[in-house]
Amino acid sequence: MSEPVQLALTILIDGLSYASWLFIVALGLTLVFGVLKILNIAHGSFYALGAYAAATLVAGVTAMNTSPYMSLLAMLAAALLVALLVAPATERGLLRFFYGRDEVLLVLVTYAMFLMLEDITKLIWGANPYYVSEPYGLFGNIDIGSQSYVGYDLFLMGLALVVGVLVWWGLNRTRFGKIVTAVIHSPEVASSMGVKVSRVYMAAFGIGIFLAALGGAFTAPMISVQPGVSVGVIIISFAVVIIGGLGSIEGAAIGALIVGLARALAVHLVPVAELFSVYLVMALVLMFRPQGLFQRIQARKI
Amino acid sequence: MAALLLRSLVLLVAGLGLGLYLPKWLQFMLTMALANGLVSLGIVLLMRGGVVAFGQGLMSALGGYAAALVFQHWGITDGLVLPLLGGAVALLITAPFAPLLARYRGIFFSMLTLALSMVGYGILVKTESLGGSDGFNMGRVTLLGQTLADDQVGFALLAITLGLAVLAGTAARIYFASTRGLVTRAIRDNELRVEYMGGSVSQTMAINFLMAAFLGGMGGALAVMALGHIDPNFSYWTTSGEFVFVAILAGSQSVVAVMLSSVVLEVVRSFSSSYFPTTWQFALGLFLLLVIRFLPQGLGSLWQAKQPKAAQEDRP
Repeated sequence: MSEPVQLALTILIDGLSYASWLFIVALGLTLVFGVLKILNIAHGSFYALGAYAAATLVAGVTAMNTSPYMSLLAMLAAALLVALLVAPATERGLLRFFYGRDEVLLVLVTYAMFLMLEDITKLIWGANPYYVSEPYGLFGNIDIGSQSYVGYDLFLMGLALVVGVLVWWGLNRTRFGKIVTAVIHSPEVASSMGVKVSRVYMAAFGIGIFLAALGGAFTAPMISVQPGVSVGVIIISFAVVIIGGLGSIEGAAIGALIVGLARALAVHLVPVAELFSVYLVMALVLMFRPQGLFQRIQARKI
Repeated sequence: MAALLLRSLVLLVAGLGLGLYLPKWLQFMLTMALANGLVSLGIVLLMRGGVVAFGQGLMSALGGYAAALVFQHWGITDGLVLPLLGGAVALLITAPFAPLLARYRGIFFSMLTLALSMVGYGILVKTESLGGSDGFNMGRVTLLGQTLADDQVGFALLAITLGLAVLAGTAARIYFASTRGLVTRAIRDNELRVEYMGGSVSQTMAINFLMAAFLGGMGGALAVMALGHIDPNFSYWTTSGEFVFVAILAGSQSVVAVMLSSVVLEVVRSFSSSYFPTTWQFALGLFLLLVIRFLPQGLGSLWQAKQPKAAQEDRP
């Protein structure tokens, strides 16, 4: 393969693997926003919780010397555990007192939640980094041309695809999905039709947290899990959903692709721009589409 | 007006008198609190129009870098010139973005300002000539051509910061009561009505943004003068988050509350980061939640006269 083609392929695969975990995380963010109208800063903290939980569980599974594929199950279990433990506590115990308030104020409520969760994570897992790189080698390497690519990256792409399709199917093809859509459009009307809105809120928030934790759990093998992982993820997943349009699944997918590819392009072609390429793209998109690519329609109040 | 000026003067004199007798560390803490309070005052100014800037750290970074660079390379070392210069630079650099940002509301405004501040952060981290992620140091400022001795510098910086803070606060109060200031309030309540009545929403928002930029730049320059060091973290989003924290804590009704809240944050930060370093963010978050839940109009609402009920309720 010629040099430029090889480079293009590397950028593509880098971008796609970055986009795939980002999509999973951003999907949770956009879902929570769509249903509860909360732009959740603490979403990054749930990502971090997922990563930490996965690090602990995978280390445990590895120590038991079972099949190495068990660690994949362990990561899934970690995400589920985080969602089951944290979602009811935060949604019922905290967020529901602020429903119906101004959107920006809700951002600040979740900012407060983020601050608290930062310290809670540190209290539980300490300040030292965790490394769980075992699952990363699980799928070997795949050679394309003269370059070889890590199989785990390709696995992540598959996972993102499965998650995306499942969520789309759940929202558009099931009874529960129809109910959720009704609540998104009008909680009042939905509740007058007998929908238990607070239950839908809790479920949507739970799924949102699960997706954040899932993203965290399956990226844990690729990074060193340490305090501060949440901070970077929050802003970048914000960028994704803002680019795509808040509350839109298609938007999250397109946004993740744009962000992943923009970052990969910057890393390989203009390394100086790595840190801000994503935000530049976001600012550009917002200039021409002030509500993101897939915008929700809002009635004007006079 | 005369009463306001008198009160400001009393506040300034009382502050200076008190500052003279404070220990050095407390002088520094107050200087930092007032400098940060100026940045938050800019956010409050925007908040009165219904938007929350989540990237005000960028303004503070621009002002800080401008002051430090001018100090190092052009030899302008005067402690009164540098803050104004920092404010002016922040205003000029962000001026092209003002008409653009004036179109955005709600979360989109917050996120766009945040994105811009992160672009700024990324550029600063990668700019080796500005010290990259380590930043660089800045020497001691002079005052009106005089060099400052070791035992004078703490009080001098506090005096400069307090003077500028009182000046900015008084100006802000006058602005709040002016026609444009009142139009800003009306925009928060319903901007379509403002347009129908012939007010320009985007112009007002753009001007507010520029004023906030100036305040941010000035605050950043003052903070750098006190710290003697600048790095890209000035523009990181968590720094901006703290400025927003102070603005929310203060509410948008009182200028004094902004400075007071900034002092509260600074005190809580210094004490808890030395006594319980692992849980101070937790305390901060809890505090923020309690304020939002039980004091939604901020600290200022505790002593500021109650607004007429109709004005509070009629908000879309």
